[in-house]
Amino acid sequence: MKSTPYLLSLPALLLFGAIVIIPLVMTVLLSFHDWGQYKGIEPVFTLKNWREVFTDSYFLEMFWRTFRIAFFVTLFAALLGAPEAYILNRMKSPWRGLFLLVILGPLLISVVARTLGWALLFGGNSGLINKALVSMGVISAPLPFMFTETGVIVALTHVLMPYMVLAVWAALQRLDPQVENAAVALGASPFTVVRRIVLPQVMPGILSGAIIVFALAASAFATPAIIGGRRLKVASTLAYDEFLNTLNWPLGAAVAVLLLVALVAIVVGASRLVERRYAQVFG
Amino acid sequence: MSFLSLEGLSKRFGTHTAVDGLTLSVEKGEFVSLLGPSGCGKTTTLQMIAGFVEPSGGAIRLEGRDLLAVKPAKRGLGIVFQSYALFPHMTVVENVAFGLEMQGVAAAERTRRVGETLELVGLGAFTGRYPRQMSGGQQQRVALARALVIRPQILLLDEPLSNLDAKLREEMQIELRQIQRTVGTTTILVTHDQAEAMALSDRVVVMNHGRAEQIGPPHEAYERPATPFVANFLGRTNLVNGTTVRPEKIWFATSGLAGKVRTRIFQGNHWLYQVETAGGLVTVIRQNTGEAMPGEGEAVHLAWAAT
Amino acid sequence: MSKNGPVALVYHTLFVIFMLAPILVVCFVAFTPEGYLSFPTDRWSLRWFYAIGRYPEFISAFWRSLWLGALSSAIAVAFSVPAALAIGRHRFRGRDAMTALFMSPLMIPHVVLGIAFLRFFTELGLGGTFVGLVLAHIVVVLPFALRLTLASAVGLDRSIEHAAISLGASDRTVLRRITLPLVLPGLISGSALAFINSFDEVTMTVFIAAPGTETLPVRMFLYIQDNIDPLVTSVSAVVIAVTVLALIALDRAYGLERLLVGRSADGR
Repeated sequence: MKSTPYLLSLPALLLFGAIVIIPLVMTVLLSFHDWGQYKGIEPVFTLKNWREVFTDSYFLEMFWRTFRIAFFVTLFAALLGAPEAYILNRMKSPWRGLFLLVILGPLLISVVARTLGWALLFGGNSGLINKALVSMGVISAPLPFMFTETGVIVALTHVLMPYMVLAVWAALQRLDPQVENAAVALGASPFTVVRRIVLPQVMPGILSGAIIVFALAASAFATPAIIGGRRLKVASTLAYDEFLNTLNWPLGAAVAVLLLVALVAIVVGASRLVERRYAQVFG
Repeated sequence: MSFLSLEGLSKRFGTHTAVDGLTLSVEKGEFVSLLGPSGCGKTTTLQMIAGFVEPSGGAIRLEGRDLLAVKPAKRGLGIVFQSYALFPHMTVVENVAFGLEMQGVAAAERTRRVGETLELVGLGAFTGRYPRQMSGGQQQRVALARALVIRPQILLLDEPLSNLDAKLREEMQIELRQIQRTVGTTTILVTHDQAEAMALSDRVVVMNHGRAEQIGPPHEAYERPATPFVANFLGRTNLVNGTTVRPEKIWFATSGLAGKVRTRIFQGNHWLYQVETAGGLVTVIRQNTGEAMPGEGEAVHLAWAAT
Repeated sequence: MSKNGPVALVYHTLFVIFMLAPILVVCFVAFTPEGYLSFPTDRWSLRWFYAIGRYPEFISAFWRSLWLGALSSAIAVAFSVPAALAIGRHRFRGRDAMTALFMSPLMIPHVVLGIAFLRFFTELGLGGTFVGLVLAHIVVVLPFALRLTLASAVGLDRSIEHAAISLGASDRTVLRRITLPLVLPGLISGSALAFINSFDEVTMTVFIAAPGTETLPVRMFLYIQDNIDPLVTSVSAVVIAVTVLALIALDRAYGLERLLVGRSADGR
């Protein structure tokens, strides 16, 4: 029957129509409403919030910071995570499963708890990392981690790392191990095998992992809120402040909608590029 | 009146015609194969008989009544699928008993018939196993038992042996033939393997582009192919001086068509030759009788009986 | 498989330390006997675990999170099974758009969802209610439930159902005896993943929870915003312990790799 799939998905469609699409549309509309300290939200049409978001250098700087952090997190996750996935993939049976659990497991542990761990490690000047670095003589004075971009990047890289390892791991699983052996038989060194044989084949995995990590880093909330504090705002913590502290909902909505649009554009654009680039080889 | 008849059966998918006016009568107890390359419409035909695909035109009658008016679940046909389609979450016994359960057969009777059928296919000792614990050949037997236990009016086999290795396939062919003889169920086999079709069937239906090119006993179709397609599909052929000759019907003689052996391949029970002649390359198959045969590069003469 | 060289093993060790350090630090500090943040050196103490009992808001938030996770994941699975059967087994107009819609909560920043739900529920009079939390969590965990049920629906051999039909099974019998049992593993793992994601969700929930409907992660987050003391480390240690136990159970039952990678049927 032609109508069967529609009937089957009708409940979920209705649910999403009612509590995803309508609220999102309402949020977009909210960003065009006016707000005043004493009058509250006024349902009129105004571009005031959007003008403010686009012209005020405060917002520009904040968005720039958000995407800069996301970029470095993505870069470090790829540089550190891809080799680890490769090493994991070469391990023998019991170790492989164990370490996969150890590295992917944190994904399911509360992000608040994980970030708290970094807050303890950074912990002002007396944090564990600074103590260790000073005692090893790497640095003479404690480095500031709390309330800095560096701290946020380190903690976010840790929080999002499993996604990267997972994506590269999945790509490695599709690799035919015989191909590596073939390259070795033809006289390739281990380094050449990685560079010429393995890397090109897992590149789609690294890139799709990068897209996920970037999107999640740019929209991360709990980690920048705890490590960055009130001094170091990113898009999501700023929107949170507008909503729950300043109570300027329309302005917060404009920030949130802009974040959503920018992210969707970047993610969809990047996915298209990756697909087009690799469709011929891996279609 | 024939037992099962397909009358002008057609199936179109959009602009593509998968089955094009197929007419076929099957007698009770007969073993008929639908044979052809992939995309020839044989599987679609089987699926229309089973009821999983609705015909665009034509009729299917079983003992005179309209089968298309009967729901797939009520047709009472036994089907063995290419993937076996065993229920992975049920044991062998549960798999085989499923159809009887659907028919409301009492538990005691069910146990008896399941046991009987498993004995028939040689799986009496495997009752408690799950499909994934069995080899391909054993799974194949379970699928066969599951289809046979409901005593179907017709047994439909969809490429049942294609997932088995060559040796096992041959064994299963023999066994399948014996089982079919024992129970006497009218059987329709879909296959792309001409050797399998010829080994098993009373009649073959050679299909191409949705049409039946020839319907007849295997021997007849092989010896007197109705079309070049049938001739080619059922075995190797040579086109020499305008006549079609099977390679095994050509022998080396002292006179006849002159040629030179280009390659010679030993295949155990026979030799396969490619001979260069003025009329083109000719394939020759000679039984291995242990005698000395012409070697590569040797000049030979080819002869064959006029047909 | 060739083995890893010494350089690779050193790298691997450092990587594992990096991944585990923050989690282990939280667990260690939780055992401090002192009244301030410090590592227990000579003496271990459970005082901060006992202290949790004196903060009823943590206890009630814990139970609320459990209920919220159970309810929202169960409902999300109920919605996603028919949708997965539709998407996984039929070709129809709007199929890709529909899949994208159902998967969209993965891509929409949770801040945006939080804001949207805050506005929406306030208008509906559901602001700060448990019902609102359940509705919002159904939406954010549905992609996880759908992804795994979809993987098993796609992996299902159609001819298995045809076999059941040919043996005389009615549509209802096929669904009950064949289809549902075969998608059950995906369904169970989908609900487990959905549950964990609901249990951990903080970003969206922090917008829509009010005092009295705070979940455990929200309560922890708000607490940390004010001050970081050993109490929050002991609460975190409990959360970590619960998750690790669930994780090990899941890994044994289904395989963590399969759970997270799925059978990559939807290409993600």
